[in-house]
Amino acid sequence: MNSMFSHGVPLSYYLLLSALLFALGVVGFLIKRNLITVFMSIELMLNAVNLSFVTFAHEWHAVKGQIFVFFVMMVAAAEAAVGLAIIIAIFRARATLAVDRIDLMKL
Amino acid sequence: MNGSLHLWLIPLLPFVGFLFNGILGRRLPKWLVTTVALLAPLAAFGVVVNAAATIYIHIVPRCAPCGPPNWGYISLPYIETCSHPWIDIGALHIDFSFVLDQLSLVMLLVVTGVGFLIHVYSVGYMKHEEGYARYFSYLNLFLFFMTVLVLAGNALLMFVGWEGVGLASYLLIGFYFQKTSAANAGKKAFIVNRIGDFGFLIGMFLLLANFGTLTFTEIATKLGQDPGWQGGVVTVIALCLLLGAAGKSAQLPLYIWLPDAMEGPTPVSALIHAATMVTAGVYMIARTHVLFDHSPFALGVVAVVGAATALFAATIGLVQNDIKRVLAYSTISQLGYMFLGCGVAAYSAAIFHLVTHAFFKALLFLAAGSVIHAIGGEQDLRKMGGLWKKLPVTFAVTTVGVLAIAGFPPFAGFFSKDAILYAAFAQGGSGRALWFVGLVTALLTSFYMFRLWYLTFLGKPRNEDVHPHESPFSMLAPLVILALLSICGGWIGIEPSASWINMERFSGLLAPVLGARAAEAGSAQLELILSIVAVVVALLGWFVADMLYRQKPMRPAELAAVLPGGYKLLANKYYVDEIYGATVVKPLLGLSTYFLGWVVDTGLLGGAVWLLGGIATFAGALLQRWQSGNIRSYAAWLAAGAAAVLLFLVVPWPAVLASLSAIHLGGAGH
Repeated sequence: MNSMFSHGVPLSYYLLLSALLFALGVVGFLIKRNLITVFMSIELMLNAVNLSFVTFAHEWHAVKGQIFVFFVMMVAAAEAAVGLAIIIAIFRARATLAVDRIDLMKL
Repeated sequence: MNGSLHLWLIPLLPFVGFLFNGILGRRLPKWLVTTVALLAPLAAFGVVVNAAATIYIHIVPRCAPCGPPNWGYISLPYIETCSHPWIDIGALHIDFSFVLDQLSLVMLLVVTGVGFLIHVYSVGYMKHEEGYARYFSYLNLFLFFMTVLVLAGNALLMFVGWEGVGLASYLLIGFYFQKTSAANAGKKAFIVNRIGDFGFLIGMFLLLANFGTLTFTEIATKLGQDPGWQGGVVTVIALCLLLGAAGKSAQLPLYIWLPDAMEGPTPVSALIHAATMVTAGVYMIARTHVLFDHSPFALGVVAVVGAATALFAATIGLVQNDIKRVLAYSTISQLGYMFLGCGVAAYSAAIFHLVTHAFFKALLFLAAGSVIHAIGGEQDLRKMGGLWKKLPVTFAVTTVGVLAIAGFPPFAGFFSKDAILYAAFAQGGSGRALWFVGLVTALLTSFYMFRLWYLTFLGKPRNEDVHPHESPFSMLAPLVILALLSICGGWIGIEPSASWINMERFSGLLAPVLGARAAEAGSAQLELILSIVAVVVALLGWFVADMLYRQKPMRPAELAAVLPGGYKLLANKYYVDEIYGATVVKPLLGLSTYFLGWVVDTGLLGGAVWLLGGIATFAGALLQRWQSGNIRSYAAWLAAGAAAVLLFLVVPWPAVLASLSAIHLGGAGH
């Protein structure tokens, strides 16, 4: 194998790190109550996926994966802008960011 | 002539009348409804007469030197196939074909001819009734199905007509459907006929299974080819068909619907429940006579059923007080005669009686209708009397009808009844017993018909409130024509011979269809003696009726008082309806209500539905908890699902399973 990983860090390490980050994101999303933490967990999952995209793209010399990463980053940036705005609006209106309390839509 | 008799027009014309009056009749003026309703049967009758004339011209040589009959392009049986094949499934081929032969020609002439006369009569009779157009559309519908029945070339097509006339009968019995008794009578007729139709159906299935065809001519051919067809399955088929015939023709034990059928308008009783539909059973037996010829046992059953019904119904007719019911029981009794004729293999005599009976019984019913019409709907004989002065024409034609049914020469009934009795007697052995039963029935017939005659027309008026008026011309004209037919109708059977008139001509006409009967030695003399006996018996019946109802009008009540048991038994019609009610209807109703209704319907079917619904509700209640509305629980399930899919896709299951089993086997091996 002629890649830079062959004599450095093996492929599986990157993938394991990606899986770890993703699992952290999932757990954080599930157990955290603070809206900002939940939001950051989502970002973590997105970036975990980004990492595996880049890994594979580099491994197989395919540029598509890297392009996808840019797409994901763009969406994540837009999402962060809208999401943070919503979070600020919610905090102003309700003076809390606990997801359990934000339940006006519930029956 | 273009070489076709256009048989398909015969059923189609009344059907067009039915559609026209049934769909548009309510909105159209009465004269138009009447015109269409009358034109349809008249045109059908015209087609039949045209066919008859064509055949007559081609069969009968007009001069002696012309040589043998010139059949031309038409030979009987003449078959017209409208759809070929009509039904074609596997080995089953059935054509939609009409067959015209001597037998169906005779039937068609009666059905469309008498049918037309009764249509004309109905115009006067139904003038002031509600549902005028509905009535005529039903009547036309009946003619459509009846002609299909008669023309059918196979048992299945006949069954179509058979069910159709049953439908028309049901509709017309229940014509006054707002009257509970009429609606019930219609249902009774329909349900009792179902029992008979069940027999007909089973018979058809057996025919298919054994002969592979339902076409009458093919069945006859196959039966003729193999002398091994004798008894056995042929008997079973014949008995099944007999059950069907007994249902339609109101024979024991299925006759109970016919007296109740008198709830319908009187012309309907005349057309359907006296002249045509109820004779369909006799026609069917004649049509399938080859089967009966190959089964002496079935033939014997037919004869016994016929004789028993004739006597049984005649005894009930003795004491009925409703003028239409007397005639209804008389019809059952006369149908019994026809079955008796079939049962002694004298099919042509049975058909002969069918024809003359259609004339005189239609006449009697229509005359009774004229009487009922004249005195404002009263049907009770005890409230009539002395009507002869007010209704001279009705009186005259009724007299003709009574003389005809009682069997006085030269009226029609004499010839046909005589032919049946003679055939029974000539059979010898048990035939003599059948002849005797027939003779007793003739005595009873003569008695109850003259009883009706005396009670209706003679004596003093028993009800002074009514002011009878003679019926309109449209009712009297058919009566007079039918009266003429009742006088002359029997003469078609006469063939003057050296010693005595005999019935050879009519049976000779039908011989190609029904088979020729071997002539017995010394038959002319025997027939003369039997005829004289029959006439004496008829005179005796008249004499007794005269004594009881003219000379000593108090005597019948005294007689009833002397024999209370017998009178009550007859007046209540042997309690047959009650017995059937207790033995058949009530258990069936109980079974339906409690077992089928409660256990099967409510319990099993309803329970199954409730169970399914319950399972769905319960499952829904469980799954409802899943839809908590908590976003994070949804996300958790999403993550779990993704993990499960991943696990399923990533892990090489076959290899894992193989290694697992290898470990297991290895462990077992050690």
